[in-house]
Amino acid sequence: MKKNIKKSLTHTGLTFQQLIMELQRFWSERGCVIQQPYDIEVGAGTMHPETFFRVLGPDPYRVSYVQPSRRPTDGRYGENPNRLYKHTQYQVILKPIPKNIQDLYLDSLVALGIDLQQHDIRFEEDNWEAPTLGAWGVGWQVLLDGLEITQFTYFQQCGGLNLDPPSVELTYGLERIAAFLQDVSNVFDLRWTDQMTYGQVRLAEEQQFSAYSFEVADASTARELFDMYEREALSLLSRFPDTSGAERERFPVLAAYDLGLKCSHLFNVLDSRRAISTTERAAMISRVRAIACRAAEAYLAQRGQLPEAAPAATGAERP
Amino acid sequence: MTKVRKSKVQARKEKPRKAAPQPSTAHFLLEIGCEEIPARLIVRAAEELRVLLGKQLAAYGLAELDAIESFGTPRRLVVSVPALRGRQPDSRTETLGPPKSVAFDNVGEPTRAAESFALKQGVGISQLEITSTPRGEYVVARKTVPGRPASDILAEILPRAILELSFPRSMYWTPGGAPRFIRPIRWIVALLNEKVIPFTVGEVSSDRFSRGHRFLGSRKPVSIAQAGNYIDRLRDNFVIVRPVERRQRIEQQLSRLAAQKRLRVRPDAELLDEVIYLNEYPTGILGSFDQGFLDLPEEILVTVMRGHQKYFAMQDRAGHLAPHFAAIINMDSDAGGVIRAGHERVLRARFADARFFWDSDQKCRLADYLPQLAGIVYESRLGSYLDKVERVRSLARWMAEQWFNAGTPEADVAAADRAAELAKCDLVTEMVRELPELQGIVGGLYAIEQGEPEGVAWAIYDHYRPTGIDDSIPRNLAGCALAMADRLDSLTGCFSVGLIPSGSSDAFGLRRAALGIVKILLERGLPFSLSAAVATSANLLRTLKPRLEVSADMEEQVRRFLQERTRYIFRERFGYDYDEIDAVLAAGADDLVDAEQRIAAVRSVRRTKNFEPLAIAFKRIRNILEKSGGGDGARLRTVREDLFAEAAERDLQSASQQVAMDSARLKRAGRYRDALEAIAGLRPVVDRFFDEVLVMSDDPSVRNNRLALLWHLLREFSTIADFSEIQAEAPLRR
Repeated sequence: MKKNIKKSLTHTGLTFQQLIMELQRFWSERGCVIQQPYDIEVGAGTMHPETFFRVLGPDPYRVSYVQPSRRPTDGRYGENPNRLYKHTQYQVILKPIPKNIQDLYLDSLVALGIDLQQHDIRFEEDNWEAPTLGAWGVGWQVLLDGLEITQFTYFQQCGGLNLDPPSVELTYGLERIAAFLQDVSNVFDLRWTDQMTYGQVRLAEEQQFSAYSFEVADASTARELFDMYEREALSLLSRFPDTSGAERERFPVLAAYDLGLKCSHLFNVLDSRRAISTTERAAMISRVRAIACRAAEAYLAQRGQLPEAAPAATGAERP
Repeated sequence: MTKVRKSKVQARKEKPRKAAPQPSTAHFLLEIGCEEIPARLIVRAAEELRVLLGKQLAAYGLAELDAIESFGTPRRLVVSVPALRGRQPDSRTETLGPPKSVAFDNVGEPTRAAESFALKQGVGISQLEITSTPRGEYVVARKTVPGRPASDILAEILPRAILELSFPRSMYWTPGGAPRFIRPIRWIVALLNEKVIPFTVGEVSSDRFSRGHRFLGSRKPVSIAQAGNYIDRLRDNFVIVRPVERRQRIEQQLSRLAAQKRLRVRPDAELLDEVIYLNEYPTGILGSFDQGFLDLPEEILVTVMRGHQKYFAMQDRAGHLAPHFAAIINMDSDAGGVIRAGHERVLRARFADARFFWDSDQKCRLADYLPQLAGIVYESRLGSYLDKVERVRSLARWMAEQWFNAGTPEADVAAADRAAELAKCDLVTEMVRELPELQGIVGGLYAIEQGEPEGVAWAIYDHYRPTGIDDSIPRNLAGCALAMADRLDSLTGCFSVGLIPSGSSDAFGLRRAALGIVKILLERGLPFSLSAAVATSANLLRTLKPRLEVSADMEEQVRRFLQERTRYIFRERFGYDYDEIDAVLAAGADDLVDAEQRIAAVRSVRRTKNFEPLAIAFKRIRNILEKSGGGDGARLRTVREDLFAEAAERDLQSASQQVAMDSARLKRAGRYRDALEAIAGLRPVVDRFFDEVLVMSDDPSVRNNRLALLWHLLREFSTIADFSEIQAEAPLRR
């Protein structure tokens, strides 16, 4: 691996952090709020409140941010060149959806130094669903010379609510794009800066969190924590309907959602410990979804934007 | 019919119409420009669009369905009608009014009745005509409704047809929840020759501007001056619109690439069909991978290549996998090899993953995964996969024993048992989680690797087969026993908890499961009692987990379901006619292989001279028995020769006793055709009986004796097939 580092440092192509900065510049110039990564463990950029809540309701919004995303079952102790406990997503949400969204997206690749005339870029069907969020959409995975670099999704429903107007979500897989730009085959050989590799910055984290999620994490503690977070979330949400006026306005719907995120992560930890049977899995997913869906409704109710017909049954519109 | 008068106004009106020449035909073109449509849906959508528009165009008399072409690429659905009538044909209507005597007075002047009828019909009184009907002379208004121009009609029907297209999962992309389509519509070209047909769908208005290839074509919209230029204009912009041409191009490229390395492309029709619809300008490139990966089983390598990456695998002359692959890219070339290098890197990572799974899955033995199956629910009321495995083991063992006892020594009971024990273990392996389409196969490969007997390994490997009516069945009997036991357990289990397929809902694939059972039985020619097998399966559900109540009625339903699938196979696969199938299954359908032999015999004798007339006679017998009270009385009686009044009765009795003995002997020997011919030989005596004997004699004892004779005759000779089901007039063959 060390030999490779030297070799890779001689390559051109954006460093990992330049890649992030370039995307931020690009989307900032196109009217996006540049947000910060969320400070609670999440499995995907979609779980960030800047996506989950902002896609609800009618108000236009454009936001983008980096989101380190934890997937405990994908951890490989830093020994696999392609799989990570925590990978880095770059998330873009545009509401309403610009007519030229595909061109905008392709422009962003050009901004990263990808010559569209020299590569094979395609949009292949990939429908997306996040059962813990009551969210789904249709779209594609974008392939660059056979490599999946982006998830491109037209959100149709979130928190069990139909989205009107719909939003588009772009999720760039930063490690993959960087590996492509730098012509590196092992993620840990990526140049984070000109001086530091991805491995030097992150390897220890991969090792320790893999060990924690596969070997160390105590399943009964994780279950207990799950129950506690859920209890607190539900206790908050159950108080919301009785509120009004100023009390309703400052009611901590966002805090309830955060507690739901905690549950979601604990569920992932339990899953990586193989402590969940298939039946239990479905039950736990629906417990997390219930928190997310109720938070989504409360969020809109708080802003007076809950449609008359709402709440829509989860997945009601799903064909 | 009298013409009343011709008005001057009408004559003037007709003049300009004459001057305008009737438009002949025009080329109609519709292109729905879309963001990338899922490849698997394009063919269906293009065809649905063709049929939707075809119905409308035919209704308006503008074009017939077979004059309409449709095709698609990832970014467009296209309909082309090279010769669309420019105008809907004029239509003539005829409305009957009041009788002439009411409409005109005795001097021939129109009355109020004529006036109001003409007014209502929108014609002048002078245009009314007289027609004679069976009821007398009547006033009639004949009108020519001029056909509308095609462009007006198209502007109406196109937007509706576009939005009527159905997709399994459509989406909306603008506020308000509409329009819905498979992916956002971004442009529409609608031309009749050089003229745009104006309409809108959502926020898109039809025009003449198409788009070329996303990267190779013009950066600006491509203007289509004439509908007839469309295909060429797009070709100039690197879009091959016709799928046939894309297929040709891909096939040529693939064989060129293979020839370069003296290899063959591993045939893969399904993948070919897919890549045709993933590219607008397909080009093949050749990539390589490390020889070392060839240690992994071919099944895994090929699945990774085709499933994830859509690559074609390559083989050497001996059929062994070569360390090369062909990728179809949506570009015109890869001069610098940059794209190839990218694809190779991705494949390397995928193969590395596969190797990781191969090694880590086998850190323990297949059987060690068994306890984990307790954590996977098959169906909540039917328990876990571990429970299922227990039932399937017993059932597979039972089946193999049946075959062994019936004189099939290669039915290996121990192999069937072991294979059933291990069959589902691969469901919890990393490899199957990653490549679910390899379930069963991965288990089989691990079993071979871990030194299980070959018969056991292949049985596991094959046990999801056949996946459809055209797929092959398991190669050994242990595999057949396992495959059938697995499916029968699913059938009986699901039926018992109310999961009975209806209409389009068949979540557990029970129709396919039943089809698989029948296909295996018939192809292997296995002796099998359907009722015994279903009863055994039901008993296992009662005695093992989940210890369900399975009613006798439920067993009957499962048997009937299997028989329905059998009918289907007999019809679609063997090409037997409905009546042949009905006749044979009515005579018993518990052993399907035996039933098939009987149908084959019926089919081969039905065209001989005596058979169908005899079938008619049997039908007549059945009718007579039904009319005389269902034959209940006849059943109880033995035939008494002393009550015979006519020679024909006596002859029929003695002939049928002789034939019964002969045919029973032939039937026991499995010579169904000969048995049927012997029965058919009864025809002359049966005919004579009906010619000379009146069954319904006034003497009740004579009458009842005759009914008894007929009842016994019918029963005796319906054990191979119920002849009364045979349609004497040959039905249309498929």
